[in-house]
Amino acid sequence: MRPDRPPPLARADAPESDVVLSSRVRLARNVAGECFVHRCSESAHRAMLGMLQQVMLRGDLDETLNWVDLETVSAHDRQLLVERHLISRHLAETNIPRGVAIADDETMSVMVNEEDHVRMQAIAPGLQPERCLRRLVRLDAQLETRLNWAMHEQWGYLCACPTNAGTGIRFSAMVHLPALRMTGELSKVQQAAKDLHLAVRGYYGEGSESSGNFYQISNQITLGVSEEELLDQFQRVLIPGVVRYERAARDVLLDRERLTIEDRVHRDLAILRSARLLKADEAMKRLSNVRLGACMGLIDTIGLDTINALFLHIQPAHLRERVGGALSPADARGVRAELVRNMLSV
Amino acid sequence: MKCDLCNKPAVVHEFQIMDGIKRELHLCQEHAAQQGFADIPSVSMQSVSTKVGVAAVQSPTCGSCGMSFAQIRQAEQLGCPQCFEMFATPVGKLLEQAQHGATHHVGRRPAGSEADLARRHETQRLMRDLEAAVAAEQYERAAEIRDELARMSRDEGE
Repeated sequence: MRPDRPPPLARADAPESDVVLSSRVRLARNVAGECFVHRCSESAHRAMLGMLQQVMLRGDLDETLNWVDLETVSAHDRQLLVERHLISRHLAETNIPRGVAIADDETMSVMVNEEDHVRMQAIAPGLQPERCLRRLVRLDAQLETRLNWAMHEQWGYLCACPTNAGTGIRFSAMVHLPALRMTGELSKVQQAAKDLHLAVRGYYGEGSESSGNFYQISNQITLGVSEEELLDQFQRVLIPGVVRYERAARDVLLDRERLTIEDRVHRDLAILRSARLLKADEAMKRLSNVRLGACMGLIDTIGLDTINALFLHIQPAHLRERVGGALSPADARGVRAELVRNMLSV
Repeated sequence: MKCDLCNKPAVVHEFQIMDGIKRELHLCQEHAAQQGFADIPSVSMQSVSTKVGVAAVQSPTCGSCGMSFAQIRQAEQLGCPQCFEMFATPVGKLLEQAQHGATHHVGRRPAGSEADLARRHETQRLMRDLEAAVAAEQYERAAEIRDELARMSRDEGE
């Protein structure tokens, strides 16, 4: 992993990138004949980890995967992986033997001993769930020649939690909805999403808060609907619907409150270019407005790629990585502000 | 109200709200006992007066992982693939509630014949045994397993 490298998701030329930061698809799988993770003994966790590590690193997969033993790496490294969305917070924080296999380009990872034995995910910039799904299905098909997944005639792939049974698939899109927030229409979208059996979560998934007006929208139903049907709904109907709402809200802002929104965008940009101390929350909030301004054509001096990358690089573990050592919260504010000033300088 | 699993009157009613989704379970005395609700105190005066000294009814547990259905409900997770067979009826109900009424998988399935599945299962078992043998420093045993895996891999290639 190269934490200094821009995230593969910071692509302004990706489909619907003005609203959709990234798409992610994950498959949950369990090895047949074995207890699920929460019922396993420590020795069973280790045996599972060792076996799956061997399978991932055999070299006969299309994907080149690099293994990270999460039990032996530092809490700082685990946090870096969480910030890059390569592992879940749960996998970082639990203390059982666990690991993750990560593709060279960091757009695919396979978590071992998460809530299920295997959670594999593929990520792509913008709205590209199909690309993620094809890649995952190929990996799953290859793993299936080596492993027997727990499978039921009626209920499909068996998972520890009933909410994942069937396909075990979760499509998610990370969407940026600042205009809907400003126009007070976000709750309507949240309610509509709920009615369509979609979950709306925060920046780091389940149990996390929204940050910088980013929300993760994902399907809740995994049984009785095929992967292809879900993909079609998600890609052609559900997320484009959210994108349309956000764009309409942006148009309303431009139409009715152009001066107010211009003032807010440029004021925040000026603060980010001048501040000497920045808390993460404040930086996320102001960057969100700058991103909105860039997408609305109110700022043309900063590329969307730069702004997208900043959302990642200002996170605590990335800042610590940058200075190569521990950082107190107070020092982190200074380092964050300096980084933001440099990246946003004209 | 009737039991979800038969036509008898329901005496156990459980309501859960998770992720904003309401889930209900209604069971008669008999099915409640079967599904691990046997320890719920009855409200009848007779049971109150005779409670002391009455042995608790043992809830059935999964033969593979040892979880009862009450524990599954509490943990909101099943213990192993075998739990789906052991508690097929109430688990079916749980799945239906969690999946907004869906009852059957319609997506991908693993490719391959029964023989392929059996071979994979055996390979998997040996790989796990190998890990355990190495962890226990039983190197002779580990070498045997490695040979067996190599033989299976050769056979597969032929």
